[in-house]
This record gives sequence, structure tokens and C-alpha cells, in this order.
Amino acid sequence: MPNLLTLGWIDYVIIMIYFMFVIGIGWALKRYMSSSKAFLEAGRSLPAWVTGLAFISANLGALEVIGMSASGAQYGMATTHFYWIGAIPAMIFLGLFMMPFYYGSKARSVPEYLKLRFDEKTRGLNAIAFALMTVLASGISMYALAALMEKLLQWPFDVSVLVSAGIVLAYTYLGGLSSAIYNEVLQFFIIVIGLFPLVFLSLKDAGGWAGMSDTLSEVAVGKGFQPGAWTTMWSHSGSATSNPMGVEWFGILMGLGFVLSFGYWCTNFLVVQRAMAANSMNAARKTPLIGALPKIFIPFLVIVPGMAAMALASKGTLSLELMPNGSPNYNSVITSMLSHYYPSGILGLGLTALLASFMSGMAGNVSAFNTVWTYDIYQSYIKPRQNDNHYLKVGQIATIFGVVLSIGAAYLAKQFGNIMDFLQMIFSMVNAPLFAVLFLGMFWKRATGNAAFWGLLVGIGCALLHHGLTIPAGADPSAIIKGGWISVAHTYPSSMAQNFWTAIIAWTSATIFTVGLTFLTKQLKSNEDLKGLVYSLTPRLIDKDDKWYNRPVVLAVIVGIITLILSIIFW
Amino acid sequence: MKLDIKIPIGLLFTIFGLILSVYGLATGSDAEIYAKSLGYNINLYIGLFMFVFGVFMLILSRKTLKEIK
Repeated sequence: MPNLLTLGWIDYVIIMIYFMFVIGIGWALKRYMSSSKAFLEAGRSLPAWVTGLAFISANLGALEVIGMSASGAQYGMATTHFYWIGAIPAMIFLGLFMMPFYYGSKARSVPEYLKLRFDEKTRGLNAIAFALMTVLASGISMYALAALMEKLLQWPFDVSVLVSAGIVLAYTYLGGLSSAIYNEVLQFFIIVIGLFPLVFLSLKDAGGWAGMSDTLSEVAVGKGFQPGAWTTMWSHSGSATSNPMGVEWFGILMGLGFVLSFGYWCTNFLVVQRAMAANSMNAARKTPLIGALPKIFIPFLVIVPGMAAMALASKGTLSLELMPNGSPNYNSVITSMLSHYYPSGILGLGLTALLASFMSGMAGNVSAFNTVWTYDIYQSYIKPRQNDNHYLKVGQIATIFGVVLSIGAAYLAKQFGNIMDFLQMIFSMVNAPLFAVLFLGMFWKRATGNAAFWGLLVGIGCALLHHGLTIPAGADPSAIIKGGWISVAHTYPSSMAQNFWTAIIAWTSATIFTVGLTFLTKQLKSNEDLKGLVYSLTPRLIDKDDKWYNRPVVLAVIVGIITLILSIIFW
Repeated sequence: MKLDIKIPIGLLFTIFGLILSVYGLATGSDAEIYAKSLGYNINLYIGLFMFVFGVFMLILSRKTLKEIK
């Protein structure tokens, strides 16, 4: 077995202390959990820097760390598209233009906003889809972690699943959303410090940036690309076949940069919930912008080690684990590097960082799940009009319930190996139409509830249809999950390209249908109902009272400029 | 303001920093261990950095406390 790790006592001490702290935070927050608002909304009392770091940390799950370092090796610098074009613009848009309605409407969740703006059935559809998605996502990340620990440390799969789920359950049950958020902030710092030495050591070993680029151009040429294909972002995006990602600039810009990223960052309650927990409108708007600052630099933390690993593997310094079919297992890049470079001591810290990333992702899902379950499903359809104490209890029980369902999903993922592709597919099918509907809802007061509901459904339907008719190159249509289950009408160069286009089609069809049906249906909401929910009916926010440097716009401009400069440097 | 998040962050980083730098000092003479990390005593360096960051967070939290009072 290659890359098997043995931990020293010091590594166990570090991991144990970390576990104690995580649960300790939940314990310390327990006495504030006196209402459902405190438990599920963190009392809307947190400062912007806390919610901002939690915003980014909840997204920095184990799947992200493992997946982005894998893509760094496989596709090189182009993976950064997932950040600079695939996240930052959407985060700026969320902070400047959408947060005023999410936060100002006093809705407690994204589905609840849909109910206020449109109608009950639109909320129901979204609440159920979202609840299923979060459980699947947290189950899959739990599976990924446990599989990793099994391979790396020979910890039994069941033990990893139960212990990690147990710890997340303990601190989210005790301290609710506040505890999840506080831990996410702590986890953010641990992830950064735990992975930073890896960046430094691997780059150093690969001969610095210049040395790594040289080796990677040999790699690129060896695979039939231009020399710069691994170290640039846009230079080789002219056609889908000239870059390892297999996507051309239009697909990147429209699929990733617009539909998928806006669909994720602007509609996913998992991240939006962090901003909604802020203590003021100003703080809520600044949450995604403060989160964007570290987000810009996370590629250097996760993608660059992946690229270095590719360079080192081609020089023969580092051996990448191989899959049964002989191709490298990119998903084990980060752990191969940990075992290669980290001596005892820092190794404990590196593993703690991996565990922390897993926990922040899972706790994020669980705390979003229990809110949507309690407010949008239980309070709306099962038992309305109870006292608040009842809903606090329901929220706490939903936390247990959510964790148990996630464990179930983890074992389901163990049964079906490629369930990660499945999750990506669900994301592009559900999020893209949701963004279409939310965008129209916020900026067009005419958009009606019936149109929104059918727009959502048709968007999902068209995405399914597209998935059934297309397939990525080299995939077997009988595997259903990859697509082509109706018949194969088109073959994409990569599953990423297929996924981008699924999202583009879902968004376009949802937009066309919602707009079209709006003209055929009656607006049942009066202008008075829509005040605070739609752009044209909401009084402009005036942040004159704040000093200029406290204004969200200023922060947004700074974030935009840094991103632009970096994009030009790595063009 | 309830619990100040800077306190647990500061405490955890201070403790990790102490553990890692003491361990780094104790094992520093063993070149074999640090061959992995290209000869750098990575435990000592990261430990020191974490310690400084942890103490800095704790000082900041004291300041916040005073401002509230």
C-alpha cells in the first residue's frame, strides 16, 4: 500500500485538542439557545467579519479541498476559473444587489423569501429540493472523508463516519447556527495554517514557480497541448480541445461564470444563511464581500499544491497513487503530499485541517437543513401556529435527523462510486433555474407566482432532457448517471463541459418560461405586498451615515480590482 | 455580544503553537525527521507563527472587552 501514514502521539494530541475545542464552543454557546431565532438564525447578531469568514468556510468543505487540488493537477491553473470568474463576480452581485432583499425582507430562509415574493407552492418545491440536496451533499462529503481516512490511516470506515458525524452533531445540536458559524471561523484559520506549509514545501521542491512552470510545460506538450496550457487561465481557452479542461471561453464565461456561479452563490441557502445571521443590513451586505477577499487567494492554497504535485510526479520526485485502470488517482493528491512532506507534529495539524474542512462543510449543510426543515416544511405544512419553544425543539430534533440522514447518504455514496458526479448534476439542475426565478423576482415586479413555479419545474425538466440526450466523451450511456439515457444526440469533450451546458439550458429555459408565463398569468400580489422584496418597489438604501470605507460598494471595488489584476497576471 | 470568537481562536492557536514549537525544539537535532520537510524544522517555524497569532488574537479580545466596558 503506497502512501500509508503512521501518526505519532503528538499528532493524536493535536487532533484531540481540536475536537475538544470544537465541542467546547458548542457547549459555551448552549446557554444562549433560548428561542428558535437564536438556534436557527444565530439571533441575527453577528459582526460582518465573523459571518464573512463563515460564509467562505462553509463552502471550503472537504470536497472542495480534495477536488480543487485534484483539478489543479489535472487541469492546472485553469481550475482558478472556479474562483476568479466562478465565484467572485457572483459574490459581489449577492452582496450589492441581492442581500438587501434577502435581509430586508425579514425572510428566515431562501424558500421563505420565495413564499413572500411568489407563493406557497414555489416555496414548497424549493424547500424540498434544497433539503434533499443538503443531505446528499453532507453525506457525500462524509463518505469522501471516511474513505480517505480508511485509505490513509486505516481507520475503519464506520468509525470515521460515526465519530465525525457525532462531533458535528454535538456542536450544532448544542449551539445551533451560532456554533456552526463560530466553528467555521475557527476552521477557516486552521485550514489556512494547516495547508500553507504544503504550498511552500511543494513549490520549493518543484523549483519555485518558474521551475514548476517549466516542468508543467513539458507535461502539457507531452499530452498534446501548447506549453502554457497548465499555467495559464485564458490563453488557451479559444477552443475546447486546446486546454485540458475541455471547455472553451464561452462555456467558461456563460456556464461557470454566470449560470453555475450565480446559481450557487446567490441562491444556495447554505451560504446565504451566513449573511442573514449578520447584525445589520450593512454587515449582511458586507458578508459575501469580506468572504470574497480570502476566496480570491484560496486557489494558491489548494490549486497550486495540485499543480506542484503534477510537476513533481512527472519529475519522479513524488509518486501519485494509481487507480486500478492505471491512471493517476488525482483525488488523493492532497493526502499523498501530506504524507510526503509533513513530519510528525505538523502532520497532525495538516490532518486537523482536512478534518476541519470536512466539519465546516457538513455543519454548514446541517444548520441550513434544520432551518429549512423547521420553518419551511414543518411550520408551513405539518404543524403551523405553535409556540416558539415548540419550534426550537423541532429545530434541535431536525439537527439529529439531518445528521442521521447524512449518514444514510454516506453509505449510499459508498454503494455508488461516482455519486460525486451525481451531486454536480443535481446542483446544476436545481440551482440554475432557481437563480433565474430569484433574479426575475427581485428585479421585475410583474413576475408572478404561477410563472415562477412552472419556470422552475420546466427549467429542471429541460436540464434532465439535456442530460438524457448528451454524454461526455468516453462515458458509457448505460451508466445513466453520466447522461445519454434517452439517446446520444451530442458528445461533449468532458463531463465538465456537459455540466456547464446543462446549467446554461436549465437557466435559459427557466427564464424564458417564467417571462412568457408571467404575461399569461395575473399578478396576485399588490405593490404593497412586494415592498422590500422587489428592486423597483423598495426605497433605495442610503449608506451616507457610514464612513466611506465602511460602505459595501468600496469593498466590492477593491475585491474586483484585486481579482482583475490576478486574472491578468495569470492570463 | 456573547462569546467573543477571538478567545477560542486565540487559545487554540496559542496551545497548538506551544505544542508544535516545543516538539520542534525537542526533535530539531534529528535530521531524519525533517528530511521530509526539505530540512526545515517546520514544526518550530509554524509553531512559533501560530503562537504569535494566538497571543495576538487574545490581546485583541481583551481590547474588545475593555471597549464594551
